[in-house]
Amino acid sequence: MNIKKLLASGVAAAILSAGVASAEEVKIGIAAEPYPPFASLDSSGNWVGWEIDVINAVCAAAELECVITPVAWDGIIPSLTGQQIDAIMASMSITEERLKTIDFSDPYYNTPAVIVADKSMDIEATPESLAGKVVGIQASTIHQAYAQEYFKDSELRVYQTQDEANQDLFAGRIDATQADSIAMADFVNSDAGACCEIKGAVKDDPAILGRGVGAGVRKGQDDLREALNKGIAAILADGTHEKITSNYFSASIY
Amino acid sequence: MTGLLDSLGLAQSAELLSLSPPGWGGNLLRGLSHSLQIAFGAYALGLVIGLFGAYGKLYGGKVTRDLLAIYTTVIRAVPELVLILILYYVGSDIINKISSSMGGGRVEINGVAAGIWVLGIVQGAYATEILRGAIQAVPPGQIEAAKSFGMPAFMTMRRVTIPAMMSFAVPGLANLWLIATKDTALLAVVGFNELTLETRQAASSTRAYFTFFLAAGFLYLMVTLCSGVIFTRIEKWARRGQPSLTGGRT
Amino acid sequence: MIDFRSLMQPHRIVMMLVFAGIVVWCAFSLQWGWIPKYTPLALQGIWTSIWLLVVTVVLGFLLAVPLGLAQAIGPWYLAAPAKVFCTIIRGTPLLLQLWLLYYGLGSLFPQFPWIRSSELWPYLRQAWPYAVLALTLSYAGYEGEVMRGAFKGVAKGQLEAAKSFGMPRLTMFRRIWLPQAIRNVLPTLGGETILQMKATPLVATITVVDIYAVSSRVRSDTFIIYEPLLLLAVFYILIAGLIALAFHWLEVQVLGTGKRAG
Repeated sequence: MNIKKLLASGVAAAILSAGVASAEEVKIGIAAEPYPPFASLDSSGNWVGWEIDVINAVCAAAELECVITPVAWDGIIPSLTGQQIDAIMASMSITEERLKTIDFSDPYYNTPAVIVADKSMDIEATPESLAGKVVGIQASTIHQAYAQEYFKDSELRVYQTQDEANQDLFAGRIDATQADSIAMADFVNSDAGACCEIKGAVKDDPAILGRGVGAGVRKGQDDLREALNKGIAAILADGTHEKITSNYFSASIY
Repeated sequence: MTGLLDSLGLAQSAELLSLSPPGWGGNLLRGLSHSLQIAFGAYALGLVIGLFGAYGKLYGGKVTRDLLAIYTTVIRAVPELVLILILYYVGSDIINKISSSMGGGRVEINGVAAGIWVLGIVQGAYATEILRGAIQAVPPGQIEAAKSFGMPAFMTMRRVTIPAMMSFAVPGLANLWLIATKDTALLAVVGFNELTLETRQAASSTRAYFTFFLAAGFLYLMVTLCSGVIFTRIEKWARRGQPSLTGGRT
Repeated sequence: MIDFRSLMQPHRIVMMLVFAGIVVWCAFSLQWGWIPKYTPLALQGIWTSIWLLVVTVVLGFLLAVPLGLAQAIGPWYLAAPAKVFCTIIRGTPLLLQLWLLYYGLGSLFPQFPWIRSSELWPYLRQAWPYAVLALTLSYAGYEGEVMRGAFKGVAKGQLEAAKSFGMPRLTMFRRIWLPQAIRNVLPTLGGETILQMKATPLVATITVVDIYAVSSRVRSDTFIIYEPLLLLAVFYILIAGLIALAFHWLEVQVLGTGKRAG
């Protein structure tokens, strides 16, 4: 893993960086709540994960001076529009709803949404099968929007972080959770997730689930959006994206 | 029973809490230091606001007094969590607007400064009420005597009012400090890297929720208990030369 | 009560006009289109918030009485644990207590499989019992400290008089001590209850859908920041006002004057 490279940005992010920013500095907002394996905090206080590596690679390719800035996921879009950060790279899917408020770069990864439940439970990833069940979802995510639209007969519990939803699945307080397939694969392979398995992908609805994960920028920030697009295209073309992916996952997630 | 011991994981906990990686103790202590910085700053800001607020409420014009009444009433009626969200977004909006209207670039507010601003405004409302009460408790004769000697207003405040009111204000201010330290925990919800968020991050990375929340609780408790000792001393000092309150009650 | 004439001073009229102007400006220039869609949810949220507040204040107060009593006159083996409990509750943030109860306890469940087949499991699965427990303990911790002072403040002479008439201890407690202590704390209860109300939104972090959670939901669904928060603040101010009025009324009923009867 590319830990050394992260050290500088990680430490800066951890102390939320001080003083007046220099003009060229781009503050990349990530969720302050850990979201492994994409972004999580290690015990020395550095942010690590697939997405952190990608952020650094994109910024290097686009020749941007990026500072990783953790903000509460729940308020990450307000933080962007309120100029506390300049871009969001926090596994945020490009959806119609979000496009009304902010702009997005081209996608840099795309994974299906899956339902995870206890191994002993006979559950499928369909609204009928989940009817009457307690489904946990993370606030302000495509999964929340999807569950509110499709799982009308289920009891929905909204968590601030996916980790807490996983924790309650582990504790048995919820019957199932809907989340990103990669994050869930990581969870069910961990000790805590041994209870559970991926029951399948939900039926796609591009209007809600979006078309992949992109970097969010303020409307009208076209320079930054173009720069990020260039960076993303560059790491996809020169194999950096693939290399980072192979450090974490067995298959491509683009 | 072994299950319970295992889950409370004594040996495992010690490892998780050790100060150097792979233990998370260092993260907790860093969070604690951020919490304390924010609490100190907010408390100081709150005291400054409180002093002006108390003077405004007691000696200010009609409009000042009404505005201050609105400030203290609203702040004390709305949950801190809601205030923190509002002030956090409003604060950075205002600062950016001022900066851009003056032709400057975007000003970056670091987490500690934002936390201080948000909690300081909240603390200010409580401090205003505490200090107002304390100033009112100072025998008016003392202040009038200073005035009749022609002592300037500021000097009266510095030499007479503030020292005389200290003994009345200290218990309330001690309590306010404890509120400041505990309210920093609410900043976790906005994503500030203070003790509670560091704890949450450590807990969800290791799944040892119980261990870490207990450890953080212990740290907060230590802060409270140490503060208690310090404030008892301050109170003694503030009361020096005054008859003991516990003793000769008539 | 507010004196009508005091509102009619020129500067207050100007301020009220300014305030009315701000309200009108808010009504027209901010986005309120989301309100109809979220009204049913908001009503449920308001109900949850108020319900939580009332239940935890009542339960917390019931718990505070023995805590205060134990500290005021109890033998050391009751006084010490009560004091430790109050110190811990008052010395740590409620948010942390809430998370310790909900996520901390939850993380221990899987090691005890029998929990899931126990009668309590349907409750342990829900979030609200933890919210009620945490808020109750918190209120009890703060109020227990206040009750300690209140019990100590009851004049010794009254108790001695009752004793000399041969009144049984329990009757004495029920008839003289407790009512006197409650009279003593009544003026502070309103403030404590407002503080408790201000603590209720924390339960949103453990998935209880109170009014704060509804406002967060609006924020995350529509990306509108200020409007739901402003409305939320107004709601809490109204509730705080109601609490203050209710306790004022209670004081008048109990104490006769609304002022602490010396």
